Amino acid sequence: MPTDPEAVSIDEIFSMITWPNFVSQFFNGLASGALLALISSGLTIIYGTLGVLSLAHGAMFMLGGYAGYVAFQATGSFIVAVTGGTLCLVAVGSIIEFIIIRRFYNRPPEDQLLVTFGIGIVIVELVRAVFGSLSFTVPPPAWASGTTPMGFLIYPTYRLVVTGIAAAALAVLYLVLYRTRIGMIVRAGIEDSTTVRMLGINVDRVFMLVFGIGAMAAGFAGIVNAPVVSLTPDMGDAILVQTFVVVVIGGVGSFPGAILGGLIAGEILSLTSMVDPAYSEVMLFVVMTLVLLLRPQGLLGLPSRD
Amino acid sequence: MIHRHPFFIEALTALGLIAARILLPYLHVAPDTANQILIWGLFGIGFDILFGYTGLLCFGQSALYGTGGFIAAYLLINDLISSVWLALIVGALGAGLAGIAVGAIALRRTGVYFAMITVAIAEVFFFLENSPLSAWTGGENGLPGVPTPKFQIGAFSYEVGTGWSMFGFLAACYFIAMALALRIVRSPVGAVLCAVRDNPLRARAVGHAVGRYKLTAFVIAAVYAGFAGGLLGVQQGFMPPDAFTFSTSGQLVMQTAIGGIGTLFGPLAGAAVWLILRDFLQQALGFGAIWKLVLGLVFVLLVCFLRRGLIGGLQDLAKRFVAPHPAAAREPTPVPAGKASALASLGPSRRRREASFSGPALEARGLTKSFGGLVANRDIDFTVEQGELRGIIGPNGAGKSTFFKMLTCEMRPTAGRIIFHGRDITGIDVAKVCQLGLTKSYQVNQLFSRLTLRQNIVIAALAERRGAFALDLLRRLDRVPGLDVQVESTLALVDLTGRADVPVAQLTYGEKRRLEIGLALASSPSLLLLDEPLAGMSPRERAETVQLLKNVRRGRTLVVVEHDMNALFELAERVTVLHEGRILAEGASAEIQRNTLVQEAYLGGDVSA
Repeated sequence: MPTDPEAVSIDEIFSMITWPNFVSQFFNGLASGALLALISSGLTIIYGTLGVLSLAHGAMFMLGGYAGYVAFQATGSFIVAVTGGTLCLVAVGSIIEFIIIRRFYNRPPEDQLLVTFGIGIVIVELVRAVFGSLSFTVPPPAWASGTTPMGFLIYPTYRLVVTGIAAAALAVLYLVLYRTRIGMIVRAGIEDSTTVRMLGINVDRVFMLVFGIGAMAAGFAGIVNAPVVSLTPDMGDAILVQTFVVVVIGGVGSFPGAILGGLIAGEILSLTSMVDPAYSEVMLFVVMTLVLLLRPQGLLGLPSRD
Repeated sequence: MIHRHPFFIEALTALGLIAARILLPYLHVAPDTANQILIWGLFGIGFDILFGYTGLLCFGQSALYGTGGFIAAYLLINDLISSVWLALIVGALGAGLAGIAVGAIALRRTGVYFAMITVAIAEVFFFLENSPLSAWTGGENGLPGVPTPKFQIGAFSYEVGTGWSMFGFLAACYFIAMALALRIVRSPVGAVLCAVRDNPLRARAVGHAVGRYKLTAFVIAAVYAGFAGGLLGVQQGFMPPDAFTFSTSGQLVMQTAIGGIGTLFGPLAGAAVWLILRDFLQQALGFGAIWKLVLGLVFVLLVCFLRRGLIGGLQDLAKRFVAPHPAAAREPTPVPAGKASALASLGPSRRRREASFSGPALEARGLTKSFGGLVANRDIDFTVEQGELRGIIGPNGAGKSTFFKMLTCEMRPTAGRIIFHGRDITGIDVAKVCQLGLTKSYQVNQLFSRLTLRQNIVIAALAERRGAFALDLLRRLDRVPGLDVQVESTLALVDLTGRADVPVAQLTYGEKRRLEIGLALASSPSLLLLDEPLAGMSPRERAETVQLLKNVRRGRTLVVVEHDMNALFELAERVTVLHEGRILAEGASAEIQRNTLVQEAYLGGDVSA
């Protein structure tokens, strides 16, 4: 049996966990967790309202990044990039719902999975056809670049900004969902879309908007994340998988569950990578499995929603 | 498709493979492409059993494909096993074991949750291959140097090379895999898997251990995936790590959907379209990387407009142009004279009958069910003697449905016990209760909607003949002892013999209602609960069904909930009245009809009739 040349002893593992390292990883986890929460809440809003699990959600995240890149190249303004990219994703989401998704509400869930999976492939390949497989980067805005001294450690400013922006976006999403008329319809739709329809509400238009907003949440995260990573057409795949883990942990169809799950997932990924990055993703799935075994409906999910 | 010759499809498969070997070189199909089509096709056979037959859409087949492939490649490269065949089989079994573990977790949920969990678990396998296990798997480099198979029969030896020589070997593997899969889908297990796909709730209610059948399908798919993964290493001489990626699972799903879900040959057809189109677009038209975009669009259009894929579409077309053979309808097994005696004359039932037990058939003691603050049933004591036909009535909201659901163990009582033939059945599984001889027919039809009437009855009868779970994967469905007689006599009992080969979707409502009762009867219950058997029927259908119930009751205990009072008072000797979650009155029919308390509760008082 071959021995692992990189095997580390327990002492070495503990020596890696220093206090500044821990704090910095904790903030990293917060940033990626907030983004994951945002993406997952988009997925969960779409699933909760429309009953469609969108496998194109990762592609929306990726498309958001590219839309932001184009807007940034055209104007050089980060704010325009974020706004333009966000609006673009609302439009793309709504159009996809209007042309394809609404034909699938009465079809079995398997068909919905297949068609959204196909849409995801088409979007990824379209982006690849236009931009090629090379990776692009968007620089962080001048006011958010550089580092911020935080007591005993120096931390990249933009990561703090990401956390703030994602938290603000989640707050806006929360206000829209819980304080507006359309939010009330969406929440009622999550409970029982048939009844909402029978109450004479034009659900068609609401559903179109919901898909747009859901896609927007992913796309917005994609733009905000663009200065941290480099853009590639395939970047959505890994995010899609992590989003699934988040909603399974948090409870599918639950908005608070998506936020909780996102933060938990972000912290697991960051904190375990202090010890060994290779195992951080595995740890994420270990936690998901534990949740499935102990609380199959997810931490904040309702038991009957299956 | 029903072909009268037993090995028709197998023969066609063999001919098709031989024809492909002869024709494909002339069509300028590269041998490597043809070989990959066969591997994807074989990989897809198991996936189709899982998705097309059992209805479980898994997006994580790559985990098992990679597992089988890397086990086989590792064993061969390190000379732990010299025979390629043996290594492939060990790899497939290893994937099967992994499938048990993955299935045990993923099958805790259904539908989209199941799909999501399989995606996530497949990702774990990819990470494990890439980092922690890289000392064995080669990490990002994979495992090079996988040998090709050699055969030694006496003095004659043959080493499989690459290209068209490999095609022969892969075609042989594909043929064996397909022949096995055809046996599986024609076996009792295959029939039950279709039932699980169509209506898992009813499959459980007629006595099948649905969870174990789902796991069976998952493991079958895993073994096929593992074997195909091993072949991939052998074909390429190299086991690539991308076998583990999400796009592998995705490509498999797309190819199966393009080719035709639930056809077994769909994955092969889909892979042929996918890979040949890829070569064509890339080489002939110089499309470069855009080929995948074109295929993605083709896929979306197919899902939108040709749900059953290419093979399914061809089957539909064939059905439209080829008139069905009237002779293809099976001749019914002669049923011994007398419908009731037919059931009685069945061979020894697998189920142990408590013939000696002389106590009450069913007893409920202090049965209570509350939903939060709402108490639906409060402290109900209820006894049904053997051979009795008991009626239950009560105004809407009296708690009849809740009471019924507790009796069949579909719902767990908050307090109290349920005793069936002297045995405490409180809180046990629905399938197990049915196996003990207690089942129900539903108020809203719960049928296996994509099967024929006969196949529906077969599903229910299988649970009685084979028990909650059996792994007779290679047994033919018509070789299950006593099954035919039981199916035919049940059909005769509910008077549907003439309609046996009609798909459920084409039955009239009255026929569906009778089938609903037939499904419950086919599992040979000693106690049958009927939830509003007359619901939604025309007066004539009602009269027929009342007659049917009178026939059915011979030798059985029946409990009937019904809103049609005239029918109920005609049928039942004793009637229990539920009101506001309690028993208001119980007694002989005539007594209950005269009971002023009942009249008040039921008809809002002031009844002078």
